[in-house]
Amino acid sequence: MKLRRSMLFLPANNPALIRDVHIYKPDSVMFDLEDAIALKEKDAARILIHNMLKVLKEIYIELGIETVVRINGLATKFWEQDVEAVVSAGVDMVRLPMTEEAEDVFMLVNKIEEVEKKCGRELGSTKVMVAIETALGVMNSFEIAKTSRKTDRLIAMALSGEDFVTSMKTSRSTSGDELFVARGMVAMAARSCGLEVLDTVYADVNNDEGFLKEANLIKTMGFGGKSLVHPRQVELIHEVFAPTEKEITHAKKVVVATREALAKNLGVFTVDGRMVDGPIIDRAKRVLQLAVAAKLISEEEAK
Amino acid sequence: MELKITATSGTLESSDIQIILEPSDGGIEIELESTVKAQFGEQIEKVIKNTLRSMDVRDAKVTANDKGAIDPVIVSRVQTAVYRSAQNTNYKWV
Amino acid sequence: MSRVDKDLLKTIKGYENREAYNQPYTHLGKNEIKSDSPNLKDHVKRTKIVDSIEEAIKKTGLKDGMTISFGHHFRNGDKTLMQVVAVISKMGIKNIRIASSSLTSGHDGLVEYIKNGTVNRLETSGIRSKLAKAVSEGIMKENPVVIRSHGGRARAIASGDLKIDVAFLGVPSSDCMGNANGVNGKAPCGALGYAMVDAQYADQVVILTDCLADYPNYPQSINQTQVDYVVVVDEVGDPKGIMTGATRAVSNPKELLMAKNVVEVMKASGYFVDGFSMQTGSGGAALAVNKFIKDELIKQDIKLGFALGGLTSPMCAMLEEGYVAKILDTQSFDQVAGESLKKNEHHIEISAEYYASIGTSSAVNKLDFVILSALEIDTDFNVNVISGSDGIIRAASGGHSDTAAMAKVAIIVAPLTRGRIATIIDKVTTIVTPGKTIDVVVTDYGTIVNPKRPDLIERLTKAGVKMLTMEKAREIATKLVGTPKPIKFDDQIVAIVEYRDGTVIDVIRKTKTK
Repeated sequence: MKLRRSMLFLPANNPALIRDVHIYKPDSVMFDLEDAIALKEKDAARILIHNMLKVLKEIYIELGIETVVRINGLATKFWEQDVEAVVSAGVDMVRLPMTEEAEDVFMLVNKIEEVEKKCGRELGSTKVMVAIETALGVMNSFEIAKTSRKTDRLIAMALSGEDFVTSMKTSRSTSGDELFVARGMVAMAARSCGLEVLDTVYADVNNDEGFLKEANLIKTMGFGGKSLVHPRQVELIHEVFAPTEKEITHAKKVVVATREALAKNLGVFTVDGRMVDGPIIDRAKRVLQLAVAAKLISEEEAK
Repeated sequence: MELKITATSGTLESSDIQIILEPSDGGIEIELESTVKAQFGEQIEKVIKNTLRSMDVRDAKVTANDKGAIDPVIVSRVQTAVYRSAQNTNYKWV
Repeated sequence: MSRVDKDLLKTIKGYENREAYNQPYTHLGKNEIKSDSPNLKDHVKRTKIVDSIEEAIKKTGLKDGMTISFGHHFRNGDKTLMQVVAVISKMGIKNIRIASSSLTSGHDGLVEYIKNGTVNRLETSGIRSKLAKAVSEGIMKENPVVIRSHGGRARAIASGDLKIDVAFLGVPSSDCMGNANGVNGKAPCGALGYAMVDAQYADQVVILTDCLADYPNYPQSINQTQVDYVVVVDEVGDPKGIMTGATRAVSNPKELLMAKNVVEVMKASGYFVDGFSMQTGSGGAALAVNKFIKDELIKQDIKLGFALGGLTSPMCAMLEEGYVAKILDTQSFDQVAGESLKKNEHHIEISAEYYASIGTSSAVNKLDFVILSALEIDTDFNVNVISGSDGIIRAASGGHSDTAAMAKVAIIVAPLTRGRIATIIDKVTTIVTPGKTIDVVVTDYGTIVNPKRPDLIERLTKAGVKMLTMEKAREIATKLVGTPKPIKFDDQIVAIVEYRDGTVIDVIRKTKTK
């Protein structure tokens, strides 16, 4: 499975930044057509990201960077043009902001399908992620996540904190208490439907300590990664998600023992005196995948 | 497309190109300034011309100030300027 | 009067042709003896100070067609060269050859003196700015500029290939006898490594200073035995100009990323062990390497044996903190480095000959790593650091080829593209450093190892360093920026690029002006 520890936000109208994504090596890059683009430049940004994606896609693929575009919300007059521009350019995933209802997913998916057909792109190849940004969205997050049973396109869910706290008539704090319930609900909704789940951005870009504290918290809560507003945060989040040596050693043992057990047709077996079953095997595999991504072990070692 | 008004697109930031597009009746006329004119001047003019032609623009005065933009950026800024100048929002994505 | 005369000497074996004693001060020139003084001791010259640059020039007997030399330790802030050339021009001396260790934007004014015939030849490590453009456009006519590396220049001077008639050396501090250094005075620039060579080998040496110290001045980068005249002037250089030019502080994320990757390569190479040695060249990413080296030294609990340079403040801080045992310094790139040279006894000033000349005696022979930048690299790993992709000269050879040739691992660090210009191309505009001496190229898209180093490829593979081939890098660069129109040159050769051993490795031709 593709890791999405880091999703770096970049404005879609800045050629220099778009060209230099490879420098920061995020798991995913999200080009923003929404908040980062002034109303008068929506057309320019859309045209630019369309043409840039067409040319640079190949290089992103080689570097293992997933391309995501955040389109304008369904309540705006921009979103359909956004979808046409980026789906026809071959974007990996469309990120829908302000998702509040299950119906929103279908609206987007239908439009994507229409564009895929029109431009001759493989049907179903454009994935979708939804951003939950309001109290209503959080309350409906399970219903929204469940749409993934009807469309394979929906693969990830993100919480977006700034709009959420506004809708809650509160504000962001250093403790993150105001987001605790939302994080729990969104993470659970996403994971219950097999979706990847990403946490909100941490805007205080010069506060590494605060960032790391929050990153560790959301990792513990089950998030697979975080949306990022500064390139410097890419490395920090990757460190947070890097497994410890102890975890890696154990995971390797589990994987080896599993292989041996399979070969011997053993149903039940133990590692370090503990019984190993399905969840432990899955966890071990994820630990090794994260270890490879963090360059702690080679791909050979992870097999 | 028929150009109606003077339109601008792009910026003077590094790796970008600024395009000022004016309606004209004397074919395509390009005035180019570029940080890489010696190596890429002809290529930039060619991309501008091809982009205009692909949008069926026959007459235009183009003032381009290039700061090392790569081809897809040049294409984008010209397309944006044409749509804006023609006051047309019937975008074609191909 | 004399006890010994010619006839007597003729009778002594081995003394047949020697002179007999006549009087004590024969070695003093006539115009230096105050013949009216009854006190013979008044005849002794106790200072080398002359009143003006003009007087010094007259005394040296500088004539049309001679060679004068300068050091470039003030970099862009140099005020010495232009002052001297202005006086030479006023005196009507023509066809002078200038052999400066380098030329910077501080020397744009030379264009006028080339036009008026005062100067007709240039030998230097680099040329920049307006002067470089004028040279590329053919201003030197039938006398192409000679480009040498720092080591190559020292070799040429020591061997007599480049004979200097008069060296004019601007120094921050000197006494009346010419004991000079770069660490005291009102414009300290740090090491005087290039000037040291000129002082040693030039026929005559004129020291210019704006800060006359009491005798004996110390330390003595240049000592009185090498100096003929001392001139006190208002200003020899602006130390603020040292920092500009090829060096600057690094905050660019692309450069930081590449610097990190360089350290990864160093760690994986097998040479990153206690007591290793390194040099970092100018250029953002190369300088940024220093930032990451320290963390790694701490992590592995090892120390650097010595750093060579071209030195900047981060390395000096590491010396202060004990992470590097010694610094060998030909040229200080910032004021902190100059300060460190003054204060820290383990920060050692060396001449350019000691630094990089060919043979077995120079410090580059002891280098494990060198990290260098590049304007262009071609698929044969040849490196251009002198001319831009528009064909116009714009930078300097420096110690590039010297260090690359001798370091166990020579690493080039450069982004794959700069704006729309590709760094990795099919054929470099000018070869300064031959590809056979380059081991690794670190770009923002990944690391390229020269196929002639299978040992490094193996070690880097084992360490999980992401590598790509030169061909692949070239392909990505082309995909990104397209293919530039080839630059057109005229036949006229405007500069000759010498390799460090004096052979000619390339020539630069006149750029075609439409």
